Amino acid sequence: MPETIGFLKPRQAVLDRRREIIADLAELLPEGCLISDERGLKPFETDAFLAYRRLPLAVVLPETTDQVSAVLKYCSRYGIPVVPRGAGTSLSGGAIPQEDAIVVGLSKMSRILDVDLFNRTATVEAGVTNLNISEAVSAEGFFYAPDPSSQLACTIGGNIGMNSGGAHCLKYGVTTNNLLGVKMVLFDGTVIELGGKGLDAAGYDLLGLVCGSEGQLGIVTEATVRLIAKPEGARPVLFGFASSEAAGSCVADIIGSGIIPVAIEFMDRPAIEICEAFAHAGYPLDVEALLIVEVEGSEAEMEAMLRGIIEIARRHGVITVKESQSALEAALIWKGRKSAFGATGRVADYICMDGTVPLSQLSHVLRRTGEIVASYGLRVANVFHAGDGNMHPLILYNINDPKDAARAEAAGNDILKLCVDAGGCLTGEHGVGIEKRDLMRHQYSKNDLDQQMAVRAAFDPQWLLNPSKVFPLEGRPAA
Amino acid sequence: MQTNFSPEQLADPHVAESEKILRKCVHCGFCTATCPTYVLLGDELDSPRGRIYLIKDMLENGRAADAETVTHIDRCLSCLSCMTTCPSGVDYMHLVDHARVHIEKTYKRPLKDRFARSVIAATLPYPSRFRLALRAARLARPLAGLLKRVPWLRTFGVMLDLAPRAVPTASDGARAAVYAAKGTPRGRVALLTGCAQPVLRPEINEATIRLLTGQGIEVVVSAGEGCCGALVHHMGREEQALDAARRNIDIWLKAAEEDGLDAIVITASGCGTMIKDYGHMLRLDPAYAEKAAKVSALAKDITEYLAGLDLPERVPRGLTVAYHSACSMQHGQKITLAPKQLLKRAGFAVREPAEGHLCCGSAGTYSILQPEISAKLKDRKVRNIEATKPNVIATGNIGCITQIASGTAIPILHTVELLDWAYGGPKPAGL
Repeated sequence: MPETIGFLKPRQAVLDRRREIIADLAELLPEGCLISDERGLKPFETDAFLAYRRLPLAVVLPETTDQVSAVLKYCSRYGIPVVPRGAGTSLSGGAIPQEDAIVVGLSKMSRILDVDLFNRTATVEAGVTNLNISEAVSAEGFFYAPDPSSQLACTIGGNIGMNSGGAHCLKYGVTTNNLLGVKMVLFDGTVIELGGKGLDAAGYDLLGLVCGSEGQLGIVTEATVRLIAKPEGARPVLFGFASSEAAGSCVADIIGSGIIPVAIEFMDRPAIEICEAFAHAGYPLDVEALLIVEVEGSEAEMEAMLRGIIEIARRHGVITVKESQSALEAALIWKGRKSAFGATGRVADYICMDGTVPLSQLSHVLRRTGEIVASYGLRVANVFHAGDGNMHPLILYNINDPKDAARAEAAGNDILKLCVDAGGCLTGEHGVGIEKRDLMRHQYSKNDLDQQMAVRAAFDPQWLLNPSKVFPLEGRPAA
Repeated sequence: MQTNFSPEQLADPHVAESEKILRKCVHCGFCTATCPTYVLLGDELDSPRGRIYLIKDMLENGRAADAETVTHIDRCLSCLSCMTTCPSGVDYMHLVDHARVHIEKTYKRPLKDRFARSVIAATLPYPSRFRLALRAARLARPLAGLLKRVPWLRTFGVMLDLAPRAVPTASDGARAAVYAAKGTPRGRVALLTGCAQPVLRPEINEATIRLLTGQGIEVVVSAGEGCCGALVHHMGREEQALDAARRNIDIWLKAAEEDGLDAIVITASGCGTMIKDYGHMLRLDPAYAEKAAKVSALAKDITEYLAGLDLPERVPRGLTVAYHSACSMQHGQKITLAPKQLLKRAGFAVREPAEGHLCCGSAGTYSILQPEISAKLKDRKVRNIEATKPNVIATGNIGCITQIASGTAIPILHTVELLDWAYGGPKPAGL
């Protein structure tokens, strides 16, 4: 496919010193923590946004904050770009490297350092997976709330980088609302700590700035997160509709009425078929759209909330209402939903959009999305966090056909512009990465973008941390 | 994933198959999380996604295997946990099979590794040689430490460590014969007696025959059947594996022709995964494709077969069993509920250890060829099992039995030994 998203031109001075740089990095790290031969580098050339690929100069897999610090200090001294990587599950290309960059992978830093149930916090290394945190405290009746669908594999470090969300964020908020503190290495090697175990800290909210900064302000090596007590009970309920529009307007009405369930997830017919084939969750196959609404609390609370939701759903012509009858059924319902993207791989290649729109616009944007994709001669499957308007149209295409790939990318751009024009934004939880970088001008005025870049430059004046991402390549301040 | 193969490359049916597998992968990364080697080592090259990428690069470029790629493929346990996790349906098993054959054909391992592998391939699959080797190992055990210090002999030092302290005498209870059903006949099955299992734990097949015949099932143990071929298959020695497959197919189909067979019952899940794949492995062999498919369709794990017999409920015996699901059972054959339900019905309290999806590190010859990773996985597995405070551990694969037994004092039995006891057989030794 002809690439429409450019990367920064590799620095010749860095490429020329390749051998020396690798020898120096080997000095800074223990054995088994440096990958520098071409064969070994290949698997690191992309993440889950796999249409774009660049072989890095080297990959380091440090085991401690001190080692991260030593590597960053070295790279800043010699002007070498650095691309941080967690589990490499980014759907926006946030972890795709470039030819002159060192990938700093946090996958070896995967220890849970402290669980403080009294204060309801956990402190973990950045390479711990999202789900591992919940699993570590599950027996004591707690969990970590943000639950990206990739939570099985994605790391808390990556979640912080992208300010990730997830199905249950409707009630509990996204990463930034559940993050209490970080240990972070600045590009010059300085180790700083932001926040702590409390909900707020004195001074500027730098933690809020770091969360969602896509690895451009520093590399987070440890995080302290908020733990939440598990509810008394939780129950996902399936609502089937005859049209996507009906399901969309039902969501807007539920939220508009003041009812906030834990999660409202949306699937259209193609997505239902894909997920049912994988998970056998019992999704209705005779509907055009499905909402998975999860309620939680005591039996009485769940009943009361459900009654309200069912009443609203009836007004929107709901066809089927099916409550999960067991923990196993509930688990399958969520397994199907959370595996939706990967399961789509059984049918076709895809790119996944992440636009977020005001709920009042949901039905309109869904309809227009279908029209846009059809106008490119492609198919779309919609599966997303409807409760907070965070849409994920999966544009299905054939990655081995360059023309198809170009059409898919163009359709994606049109959809994201549609979201912005509808009063929404480019990304709800996947981050800008490389994918949406050039659309940032559609989202922000020049002044707004300049201000963000000024903040970025304050942390990394050389513009070497994850440099090809987030901000359009033209119009950046001189490094 | 995007693939880049020429029409000439795709003319090779093995490459064509691998291309199809690669096209399904969307590089989502879910598989990394449940891969034992990634969990331990934290390096994507030691994860399914990394290996898939390495294999893709090697095959696309039509390149001979190189040391870096071989290192990471060798570290794969073939536990297939990734296949349980993969939402996209990537057939990693057949991709890594292809890669192993490609490695065996195009890569020259250092002489010491070739030597060690040849010895393994010439010993383990043959019960009499294996028994002899174990007897010799008992005598040579004091030398283990010394051997492990000599790079050339290190593998043999590891083998001495792994060899059991006592070697049972050759069993008579499962020799080639037709074992008549007791009571009203309900069915007829062939039993794979296997290679390493009858040497290490002859009680397993004895218990199986006793339990099945007691339930009215005639059991055929055919003369000449032997190793299913899995041990050499996982070393990329495809011809040797296919020969083993063809030999067993001929023998079982003969038994089927004589008097019919309802199933070929297998008591080691590693072998079960392999025999269920005979149909695929021999799909390109016109003389055997159909026969192999027939055998694969007949193959059943013992618990899978027993689940269909509707065994009566037994009163609880106040014994807590930690059920360890072998990877070849849960990931390879996707048998997850039957063994636990059978145990519960037979009156045992069943506990499931944490991290049940992670391999114990046995994985065929893995414990011999990758002793460090294997030992770490064993420790982790034993910790999780012991945390459930069981009276006994049950599992369905001889490899796991040997591996876990070497790390804990809690007795470990094959599931079928406990079931045999519950339905009238003798109390298993060691309980």
